[in-house]
Amino acid sequence: MVVGRALGILVLLAGILFAAGLCRASPLGDNPTTSIFQPHSTPAESIYHLSIFVLVITAVIFLVVFGLLIYAVVKFRSRATGTDREPAQVYGSTQIELAWTIIPILIVVVLFLATARVIHAIQDAHKPATALEVTAIGHQFWWEFRYPTLGIVTANELHIPVSDPARPTPTFLKLLSADTDHSFWVPQLAGKTDLIPNRVNETWMDPHETGIYLGQCAQYCGTQHAKMLLRVSVDTPEEFDAWVRTQKQPANQGEKEIAGRRVFETTACINCHAVGGTVATGRFGPDLTHLMSRSTIASGAAENTPENLRLWVQKPDAIKPGSLMPAMKLSDDDLDALTRYLETLR
Amino acid sequence: MSSDAIAVQTAGVSADRTWLQTLHEWVTTVDHKRLGVLYVFYALIFLVIGGIEATIIRIQLMRAHNDFVSPQVFNRMFTLHGTTMIFFVIMPFMFGFANYLVPLMIGARDMAFPRLNAFSFWLTALGGTLLYFSIVGGSGLYGAGSAPDVGWWAYAPLTSRAFSPGHSADYWTIAVLVSGFGSIGTAVNLVATVLSMRCPGMKLSRMPLFAWLTLVMSGLVLISISPLSAAQIMLLVDRYLGGHFFDTQAGGSATLWMHFFWIFGHPEVYILVIPAFAFASEIIPVFSRKPIFGYPVMVGATVSIGFVSISVWAHHMFTIGMTSYSNSFFVLTTMIIAVPTGIKIFNWLGTMWGGKLQFKTPMLFCIGFLFQFLIAGLTGIMLGAAPFNWQLSGSYFVVAHFHYMIVGAILFCIFGAIYYWYPKITGRMLNESLGKLHFWLFVIGFHLTFDVMHVPGILGMPRRIYTYEPGRGWDTLNMIITIGAFIQGIAILLFLANLVFSYFGGSKAGNDPWDGWTLEWSVSSPPPVYNFASIPAVASRRPLWDLKHPEDPDTHYD
Ligand code: HEC
Ligand SMILES: [Cu+2]
Ligand SMILES: [Cu+2]
Repeated sequence: MVVGRALGILVLLAGILFAAGLCRASPLGDNPTTSIFQPHSTPAESIYHLSIFVLVITAVIFLVVFGLLIYAVVKFRSRATGTDREPAQVYGSTQIELAWTIIPILIVVVLFLATARVIHAIQDAHKPATALEVTAIGHQFWWEFRYPTLGIVTANELHIPVSDPARPTPTFLKLLSADTDHSFWVPQLAGKTDLIPNRVNETWMDPHETGIYLGQCAQYCGTQHAKMLLRVSVDTPEEFDAWVRTQKQPANQGEKEIAGRRVFETTACINCHAVGGTVATGRFGPDLTHLMSRSTIASGAAENTPENLRLWVQKPDAIKPGSLMPAMKLSDDDLDALTRYLETLR
Repeated sequence: MSSDAIAVQTAGVSADRTWLQTLHEWVTTVDHKRLGVLYVFYALIFLVIGGIEATIIRIQLMRAHNDFVSPQVFNRMFTLHGTTMIFFVIMPFMFGFANYLVPLMIGARDMAFPRLNAFSFWLTALGGTLLYFSIVGGSGLYGAGSAPDVGWWAYAPLTSRAFSPGHSADYWTIAVLVSGFGSIGTAVNLVATVLSMRCPGMKLSRMPLFAWLTLVMSGLVLISISPLSAAQIMLLVDRYLGGHFFDTQAGGSATLWMHFFWIFGHPEVYILVIPAFAFASEIIPVFSRKPIFGYPVMVGATVSIGFVSISVWAHHMFTIGMTSYSNSFFVLTTMIIAVPTGIKIFNWLGTMWGGKLQFKTPMLFCIGFLFQFLIAGLTGIMLGAAPFNWQLSGSYFVVAHFHYMIVGAILFCIFGAIYYWYPKITGRMLNESLGKLHFWLFVIGFHLTFDVMHVPGILGMPRRIYTYEPGRGWDTLNMIITIGAFIQGIAILLFLANLVFSYFGGSKAGNDPWDGWTLEWSVSSPPPVYNFASIPAVASRRPLWDLKHPEDPDTHYD
């Protein structure tokens, strides 16, 4: 039976190793991963190196103690052939106690120093003059991104430039909350930092590779915490500049879709949403000025297609039950017109 | 000490009472043993309820975009599951065993304050009942009524009026407040009992470790439930008297609640795990046939764990943007705890070393505990390294870590304790084969669920999400986790069946089925009313060893 247990545990260990392998392997297809073990930015990388160090130390401790436990269980099991005599009664040993006090203390000192160094390196990093500043504001179930130096407001999909280690252009994010606690977490770029009302937090990242990075809200913030997804697009400097130029333009005035625009501007939409250069100046929901430049809607809950847009406006609960956008109960014709208007907001 | 003359008249145990009289007796009892049994019974009921909630959670997460339950129901399920398991399962289990065993082990006839004891139990019972009354209150059963959905930390400002209108947060806060008062009452009682009710000869240094650890646990309850209760009252002031402690929309502070909560929350982990240590420290020696290795060191390590555990709370808050200095401080305190904890593991190993291990069910559970506690401690070190924590916190890795602690370490010890003391409490042995089956099934289910659960956390899956996107590598893992959960469920059903059938058909236990050494094994099973006909006197840490081995008594080494 003891052998059975040892075997079982071996199988388990193999399982753990296999799982660890899984974490490193890319997921199927070209889906971007959210594994913390595939970092692509300095803070995430320093964390990764620290975590490997901690993992190695803990693995060694595990093997030693686990070995002792298995040895004890196998070696000292009472054998049926044994006599009824009780084993020698040992009450303790000061030397041994001292040994297993001092060794752990030394390990703790090493771990602490290594950890403190990384804390300092990440938290007290110097902000270069070339850094991009973004303010991220958490809302119940979506993200607002403001670029104060560029005069851009957008939602849910963050665009930042790739950072060349030779000429770093890191992004420094100021984190605020409009309502409850949230947490900004894009595992490949940095550890998470909370967005807390009445408090200003900060985090930074300097992605080394272009591409899409995924993440999501990591602090329970209410009904739709699960669908508060994050998408970070790391652009080449040229792509980023082009993106900035489109975002700075005022909204398409929608002359062609004047019917839809009228629906939009005469219903409550404008109380909650802003469309640059129009009467719509609401701030409760995402800025829609360049809605169509985003690939998803409702914080990543659905792809940004005309069908989804229409469904969203008609019945937000069908896509994201419990979201704070109300169903507006529009007629089918109004819905069609409105969707066509929304599609012009490029 | 005298082992004879135990045949006390068990007053009023005549068979001709109606069930109503029996019920009345149990409800009005102030007897520490009956209250102990009530606590455990109550905890078992809530274990089943919390288990059902866990099952609902696991079915929902079985695959991506599942719609077994709505997000609203899911959020209520994890709130109820967490609150129930911490406050209404593990704590009552621990108080129940402490109540039952401490007087017996220290040679006392009851707790110091029997009425306070009953009062505290019923407060705890009221707390749990209130929490579940929320399901039928408010908008009724459909959609789970006013059941709280704020998570078991109930972080501000989710609990403020603006985000929790209605009464769901009220049920949560009052349930926790009321049961907290119950815990404080029991803790006061346990401290007083251990300090002033010990039998002649039982110096502090001769108490069974169980009594020592109960003392430390009770001290921690007094220190940490107080801020928790204060926070609940402040929250009620916010919600009903226009206070602004945590109401961020009126300038209150969300982080203030976090500090209050975790200054309770971290010691709470030790409130739960120290009694588990206590069980292991009684069971491992008996089934190794050796005294506990390094008794004074074990006491010292526990006391220092108690003290250090008060200074580590903000390791639950590494992501809230504290300064690098505060973060480093809490990294240091957190890692220091690993030292006394490691010492304890080594001492248990030292106890087994050179012994004659008997793998009875209680011992199996304790060995499982040692293994799982080791791993839980090591993942704790990972989480204690703040930068690593920035990635892991709030993810399924944390969920795996603390379930390793609460199920793998604590619940395993509770099972061990039930198999060990059930014969004393009922007079019948639990079925050993069923017990072994329970153990192995539970081990398999546990590891399937909680080993695997670390991985989605590393792959970026946050906790408390009712659904997730496909294609992130989380799907298969979640399916395995759910399968493991079902296996655990089956194991628990087997265990419950064992409890019931052995009560009626189990073999007779006798006074001392395990050849134990502490005073509870000197009296009949179940023990007579008021435990000891004449108060025993002891001369060493293992009075029954002395009695059984007059040629080599412990008193020589005391
Ligand atoms: C009560 C305020 C409110 C009103 C009125 C409102 N919305 Fe919204 N809307 C929101 C909120 C909040 C969100 C974000 C929901 C989420 O992601 O959880 C949103 C999201 C959206 C989005 C998706 C934006 C994105 O990039 O993800 C669109 C499109 C939208 N609303 C269109 C409309 C239209 C059209 C109307 C009028 C028919 C309207 N909304 C009325 C609050 C409102
Ligand atoms: Cu959120
Ligand atoms: Cu803690």
